[in-house]
Amino acid sequence: MKLIKVEHAYKIYKNGTTAIADLSVTIDKGEFVFVIGPTGSGKSTFIKMLYREEKPTKGSVIVGGIDVAKLRNSKVYKLRRKLGVVFQDYKLLPKLTVYENVAFALENLGLPNSEIRPKVLKAIESVGLKEKTRNLPNELSGGEQQRVAIARAIVNDPKLLICDEPTGNLDADTSAEIMNILERINQESETTIIMATHDRDIVNRMKKRVLVIENGVLVSDIKKGSYVVNESDKDSKKKHS
Amino acid sequence: MRAIRILRRSIRDSFKSIFRNFSLSMASIICTTITLILVAISLFLSYNVRQITTTLEHELTVVVYLDFDVTEEQKIRIENDLKTMSTVEDYTMKSKEEWKSEIGRESEVFGSALKIFEENPLYDSIIVKVKNVDDLKETAEKLRTYDFVDSAEYGEGMVESIINIFDIISLGTISIVIALVVVTAFLISNTIKLTIFSRKTQIEIKRLVGASNVAIKLPFIFEGFTLGVFGSILPILLSIYGYTLLYNVTGGYISTKVITLVEPFPFVFIVSLFLLVIGSIVGMIGSWLSVRKHLKI
Repeated sequence: MKLIKVEHAYKIYKNGTTAIADLSVTIDKGEFVFVIGPTGSGKSTFIKMLYREEKPTKGSVIVGGIDVAKLRNSKVYKLRRKLGVVFQDYKLLPKLTVYENVAFALENLGLPNSEIRPKVLKAIESVGLKEKTRNLPNELSGGEQQRVAIARAIVNDPKLLICDEPTGNLDADTSAEIMNILERINQESETTIIMATHDRDIVNRMKKRVLVIENGVLVSDIKKGSYVVNESDKDSKKKHS
Repeated sequence: MRAIRILRRSIRDSFKSIFRNFSLSMASIICTTITLILVAISLFLSYNVRQITTTLEHELTVVVYLDFDVTEEQKIRIENDLKTMSTVEDYTMKSKEEWKSEIGRESEVFGSALKIFEENPLYDSIIVKVKNVDDLKETAEKLRTYDFVDSAEYGEGMVESIINIFDIISLGTISIVIALVVVTAFLISNTIKLTIFSRKTQIEIKRLVGASNVAIKLPFIFEGFTLGVFGSILPILLSIYGYTLLYNVTGGYISTKVITLVEPFPFVFIVSLFLLVIGSIVGMIGSWLSVRKHLKI
């Protein structure tokens, strides 16, 4: 079953820069997809279009049955309630505790406290932060903060989890922990995960579907289980030999 | 139920945010306080000027002196005519004898001087109160047409110009009130813009987690409302106690009893209510305008 259907999507900014050009792709429910590409390739724009932070200039972007291009500004919340978003810089509220940060999402949707509490505790437990519910973000490590952000993103059981370089600020071991959590979420609750990343090591280790975007164009759609050749690795191998 | 929960949480969050951003909240409150004090002063000035103008208008009289040898029939004729004149509100006839005894009562010197004359040298007179300032000239001219009327005077031109000046002052103070209300809206809006700017991440996250625009705006609108209400407390207290004190100290009039001040009760309560409404509504509108900008993509 298709969750995302992008057809001939273009994104041209007001200054004339073409960030996305004629991009077409479909993503099924329950898939785990990496989006890779160099800085400025348009992968972030593509990710942003999926949660309607950017609107396609032309073409259609359909997420969970909602046409993002036709979605009015005041109705964006209808799309956002179906998905969760995780960022490189966590975007946690510094004055709220771990529990409050996760509950913040549900409180703003108007859910009753009796419903919020079990959901929040379940989400925090699933990212392994049960002991830190009362801590403030600045009392946590980078990896732990990212786990809080993941808990906040999945607390409302979204169909789609969008991750924009979630391991960008983390070391290799912590990145691996985060990836384990994301993989578990993907497998246990069949949540579709789309993750933009620079880290080809992660991509190669996980062996998932990979979309490669360069200069706004989808240059390859690598099937699950394949490797992505790391250009820098090739260079270093050459040097060693 | 969902709407009520969102409303309740918005009120809670607005109070939290006021205390968490204390310095910016204080800046908003002080701005509102200062402008509302100015609004209050303008309001008091405006109402009192209007009151003075009304009092003056009610005191407008044409003083008519009849000829020395006016007959009783002529007096009855003019009295009957005055009764039918549409511009006349009231009149008082005063005979030369009444004048003489009044002068005698007020000053012994003039009283004894008048006694020297065999015949009363004073004139019979009529004090005619007109309904409107514009009726003064017309009434005086009409009365001058009688051949037994010696003079009909009303302070030609001066009264009209005084009232005109008061009208201009009154209009000016109302314009100041309106201008100050607009200034307050801008000040509150700008200060709240600063608090919103410092909470951009919060708005961003709210949008990300799927909060509707209304749910995002509500806490800010309540915040603006509360800041406006806090900002109007001092101006209200100053209005109630300050104006009452001024009224008591002056005895309710300035220099002459014609220039009377508006009685403090219920006047100060009306002004206070006005200040409270302006403070809170302007606060709400200010916040709404500021947050709206951040909800556009």
